[in-house]
Amino acid sequence: MAERERRLTTPNPGVSFQARTRVMSADDVSRAVRRMAHEILERNHGADQVMVVGMQTGGVALAQAIAEAIENIEGTGVPVGTLDATMHRDDFGLRPVVPEAVTDIPVDPSGRVVVIVDDVLFTGRTVRAAMDAIHSYGRPQAIQLAVMVDRGHRELPIRPDYVGKNLPTRIDEIVDVNDEGVDLGEMA
Amino acid sequence: MRQRGPHHLLSMADLDRDGIEQLLNLTESFAEVGERPIPKVPALRGKTVAWLFYEDSTRTRLSFETAAKRLSADTMNFSVSSSSVNKGESLRDTIETISAMGIDGIVVRHSAAGVPQQVTQWTEASVINAGDGWHQHPTQCLLDLFTARTHFGDLEGRRITIVGDIRHSRVARSNALGFATMGAKVTLVAPPSLLPSSLEGWPVAVCHNLDEALEDTDICYLLRMQLERQKQAVVPSLREFHNEYGLTVARADRLRSDALIMHPGPMNRGVEIAGEVAERPQAVIGEQVANGVSVRMAVLFLLLGSGLDVVDNNRIAA
Repeated sequence: MAERERRLTTPNPGVSFQARTRVMSADDVSRAVRRMAHEILERNHGADQVMVVGMQTGGVALAQAIAEAIENIEGTGVPVGTLDATMHRDDFGLRPVVPEAVTDIPVDPSGRVVVIVDDVLFTGRTVRAAMDAIHSYGRPQAIQLAVMVDRGHRELPIRPDYVGKNLPTRIDEIVDVNDEGVDLGEMA
Repeated sequence: MRQRGPHHLLSMADLDRDGIEQLLNLTESFAEVGERPIPKVPALRGKTVAWLFYEDSTRTRLSFETAAKRLSADTMNFSVSSSSVNKGESLRDTIETISAMGIDGIVVRHSAAGVPQQVTQWTEASVINAGDGWHQHPTQCLLDLFTARTHFGDLEGRRITIVGDIRHSRVARSNALGFATMGAKVTLVAPPSLLPSSLEGWPVAVCHNLDEALEDTDICYLLRMQLERQKQAVVPSLREFHNEYGLTVARADRLRSDALIMHPGPMNRGVEIAGEVAERPQAVIGEQVANGVSVRMAVLFLLLGSGLDVVDNNRIAA
């Protein structure tokens, strides 16, 4: 889930995201997408068993872009799904929690390599929830993780397999991945 | 942890249009959970829900039970016939006893209107009304709204005709309110003896001729003839009722081809609906039951797990 959206779901009147620095341009993002697509193919010896799953909502467009890049390189498409792991989260009762969108896993993930795609990797809790959720659809041969930005501050032993950019941040900063690129800023 | 009093779902009046929309959107997510190979999510792990059914029920109770289990909640069954109620324990003592065991939700069905409201005074748990007398049956209404929405999308301006034993029907009361809140036009059709003595405040039109009412309707909603609630004969004979107010084969033939036939169940075939009509593809009665589980998951999750304030128990004093 996009970090910015998650914080915005707890309405704080008068507070909004203020971008300070542009850390990646739109071109940087699309170059990173192509590189990650190559890395996914290299690691898995082709696109045969690969399935790409975008996290609602920040990872969905990125998953689509990675799948298109894979198709451009290999000439064959890969299944693309979307996942809302809200129901598997661990923070019920700490803040209002409600699913953003309906999950769509178009094929049985059993025996496939499922690449979870998200825009920002932060605490790792969303990814933990996503891994649980995927297992209620089947038993993948492997689960891998692709993120555009790894901003650190992990709270669980989770590590991405494919990274667009490693971005050291302060814990109170906000990373926003949008159509124009990636911005670093804060809520003010 | 955020402090928040318990929220209840006692009546469709607890939900405004946005609240209903949000609940139906949530239902879509839970319908997807039901289609997974392992249709279970840990969202209500550690929560306990008790069933208090003082009245017979098959589908509502099983539907709530399935919903709670798919959310990983623990359930506490309470069967009135084998409980201390038979030793003369009062409703209040029963509720306080169950509450003392530490529960998060109570689903209540009772033959007297207002019991769920009363129960909220005696417990810290969230109370869900699963039908109280002639008053309300909100989860039935929500599953009907969800079923109608999957077929029509927006319900604004759609016409629903509710036919039959309206007087004794909590479903009619919930649905008249719920469908009207969503912008649909509600028409009631019944003989005068099966209408409530006053319809003041009901957002509905009334018609005594079924053929006229069905002419341009989108949804023909049939109610069960509640013979067990009728103390005296309110219709001359069931056959005459069927001919005048039942969905006969001839009437079903005249419905628009995209119109839906709905029934909350259990059906009296040959009374409010001809046996053959219930089998037509337009009759979405099985779909209603299936959607019941998803809707009840959404309600349980919303009240017990989400931390959202969608329900406003003081919105309308109903």
